[in-house]
Amino acid sequence: MSVHVIATGESFAFTPENEAWAKTQLAKYPSERKASAVMPLLTRAQEQRGGWLTKEAIEYVADYLAMPYIRVLEVASFYTMYNLKPVGRHVIEVCTTTPCWLRGSDEIVKACKKTLGIGLGETTPDGEFTLLEVECAGACVNAPVAVHNGAYYEDLTADSATKIIEALKRGEAPKPGPQIDRQTSAPVGGPTTLKATTGGNA
Amino acid sequence: MLSDKDRIFTNLYGFQPWSLAAAKKRGDWDDTKAILDKGRDWIISEVKESGLRGRGGAGFPTGLKWSFMPKQSDGKPSYLVVNADEGEPGTCKDRDIIRHDPHKLIEGCLVAGFAMGATAAYIYIRGEFRAEADVLEAAIAESYAAGLIGKNACGSGYDFDVYVHRGAGAYICGEETALIESLEGKKGQPRLKPPFPANMGLYGRPTTVNNVESIAVAPTIVRRGAKWFAGLGRPNNTGTKVFCISGHVNKPCNVEEEMGIPLKELIEKHAGGVRGGWDNLLAIIPGGSSVPLLPKSICDEVLMDFDSLRAVQSGLGTAAVIVMDKSTDIVRAIARLSKFYKHESCGQCTPCREGTGWMWRVMERLVEGRAEKSEIDTLLEVSKQIEGHTICALGDAAAWPIQGLMRHFRPEVERRIDAYKASAGKTQAA
Repeated sequence: MSVHVIATGESFAFTPENEAWAKTQLAKYPSERKASAVMPLLTRAQEQRGGWLTKEAIEYVADYLAMPYIRVLEVASFYTMYNLKPVGRHVIEVCTTTPCWLRGSDEIVKACKKTLGIGLGETTPDGEFTLLEVECAGACVNAPVAVHNGAYYEDLTADSATKIIEALKRGEAPKPGPQIDRQTSAPVGGPTTLKATTGGNA
Repeated sequence: MLSDKDRIFTNLYGFQPWSLAAAKKRGDWDDTKAILDKGRDWIISEVKESGLRGRGGAGFPTGLKWSFMPKQSDGKPSYLVVNADEGEPGTCKDRDIIRHDPHKLIEGCLVAGFAMGATAAYIYIRGEFRAEADVLEAAIAESYAAGLIGKNACGSGYDFDVYVHRGAGAYICGEETALIESLEGKKGQPRLKPPFPANMGLYGRPTTVNNVESIAVAPTIVRRGAKWFAGLGRPNNTGTKVFCISGHVNKPCNVEEEMGIPLKELIEKHAGGVRGGWDNLLAIIPGGSSVPLLPKSICDEVLMDFDSLRAVQSGLGTAAVIVMDKSTDIVRAIARLSKFYKHESCGQCTPCREGTGWMWRVMERLVEGRAEKSEIDTLLEVSKQIEGHTICALGDAAAWPIQGLMRHFRPEVERRIDAYKASAGKTQAA
C-alpha cells in the first residue's frame, strides 16, 4: 500500500470554535500525553476541511500536539475514516460484509452506482457525491446498511436506497434509521420481549 | 424463555428515553453509594461468584480479570478501558446498549472502576457510531451534573472520571492492546503480552479492558446478587446475553436471552424462524464472523453458550448469530469474510499480513472452482501456519472461518472444482 498525501499549498488552522473544542479534548488525557488527542483532532480537522485531510492539516495537528509529522501521518493513513484525497460533499458508504451481503447489499451497491453514475471509490464529476464500500458497519440485524455523512440508513432495499440518494440530490435530509416499519433492532411487527415497555417515546 | 423481570437491558430497543430520569425509573443509579460502601473485595467476589464471563468474545471470567489489578495504589493513576469498538461482523449489541441504555454502562464504569481501584474510565467507541457516541457523551454530562461521577462520585468519597474516546475505523482496535495503542495516539497495532495490561497498560499503568456488555451488566449483578445471575443459564455459562440474529431469518433482531438457550429456539422464538422454514437452513455462524460455521445438523441441537459451542468446534464469541439458508453461496459467504480480514489486518505480523491476502485470493478462486483439489489442503495448511503464530488473535480469526468451511462443506468446494474443470474442458473442445 502506498500513501500519498496531497499538499494544496493552502495553510490550515482550526477555527476559534474548533480551537476551543480541541482544548476540551486535550483535557481528557494526562497533560504529558497530548498525543492521545490525535484522533479526535484529525477528525475535527477533516470535518473543517470539507471531508479530507491535506498535508498542511496533518502537519498542523502534529504541531498542535508537538508530535513528529510522521507519527501523525501514520495515524492518518492507518485508520479508514481519514480521507487523504478529496471526497464529495455527500459520502455514501455501503456495507458489503457478509451479514449485509446475505441481505442483499449487492443490490444496494448496484442501485447506488446507477443513481449516482459512478463506481465504488469514485466521486461524481460535480464533486457532490463519493461512493465507498465499507467493512462491517456494526448494524447487522438491520442489514443491509448504508451510511451518509455518519447517519445510518438501515433495512434498505434497492428502491429505498435510490430514493434516499435522490432526496439528497434535491438537498433534502431523509430520515435515518430503519427504512421499514420497525423500532430500531426489535423484530419487525414488534418485540417478542419487554412488551410492557413499548409505550414510551417510540 | 427468560422472563422480562430477569432481563437486564430493559430498554434494549429504545422504546423509552435513554435519559438519566428514565434510567433511574428503570433502576439504574439506585443507591450506588451503598454498593461502593460494601468495598472493593465484596464487589469483585460478587462478580466472581456470579460466573460472569467476558461478553466481548473470549469469555474470560470478568471478576478474575478485575482481581489482577494492584490491591494497593502507588498513588499514580490506573485505568478501566471499555471496549466499545464493536466491529465483529454480525455484532451490533453494544450499539443498542450505548444508544438506549447508556447509564447502565456509565454506572458499570463506576462500580467496576471502583472495584479495581481505577481512577478513570476511557470508553473507546468506534468512530462510525457518531450518534451513539453523542448519546453517551450527553449521558456522561448528565451523570457529572448529578454528582454520580467525578469528584466524590455518588457521595462515596471516591473520585472517578469517565471519558469517551472516538476511534476512526479499524477493526483491529477491538483487540485490547491495539485499543490501548490507539488510545495513546498511535496506529492500532497489538502489543506483545506479557506484560499484560493489568501490569502495564494505558500509559504504562495498570489497566483492565472490558467489553461494553460485561461492564453494563455489573451493577445489576451486584444489586440483585451473584446467586440470581448464577441461577440463570448453565454452570460455567451463567446469566443472560444479548444475542444479535442476522442473515436469512424472517425477523432479524437483537434480543436478551438466557445463556444456554437452544440455537433453534432462539431463532424461532425471537427472529421469526429461518426464511423458508427450519429445513431450509444451510449453516449458521453462531458467534460473529471469527468463529467456525455450523451445518444444520449441529444447529438442530446445539445450545448457545461458551462450552456447548466449543464442544462442536465453534464458539460463542460475541453471540452474533449469522443465519444462512439454502440459497446461500456458502463459499462466497466465507470468501467475503476472508476479504474482511485481509482488509483489517494491521500489517504487523508477517503470517497475518501476507496470509490473509493469500487466503482471500485462493478463496476467490474456490468460489468459481478455478483451482486444484490439492489446493484445499494447502489452504488448510497455510491457515494452520497463521493460526497461533501472530501477536494477536486476528490471524486465528481469519483462519477459523475457512477451517470451518472445509470441515463441513468440503464436498461443495470440490464439486465446484469438478464443475469448473468440466466446463473448461467443454470450452476447449469447442
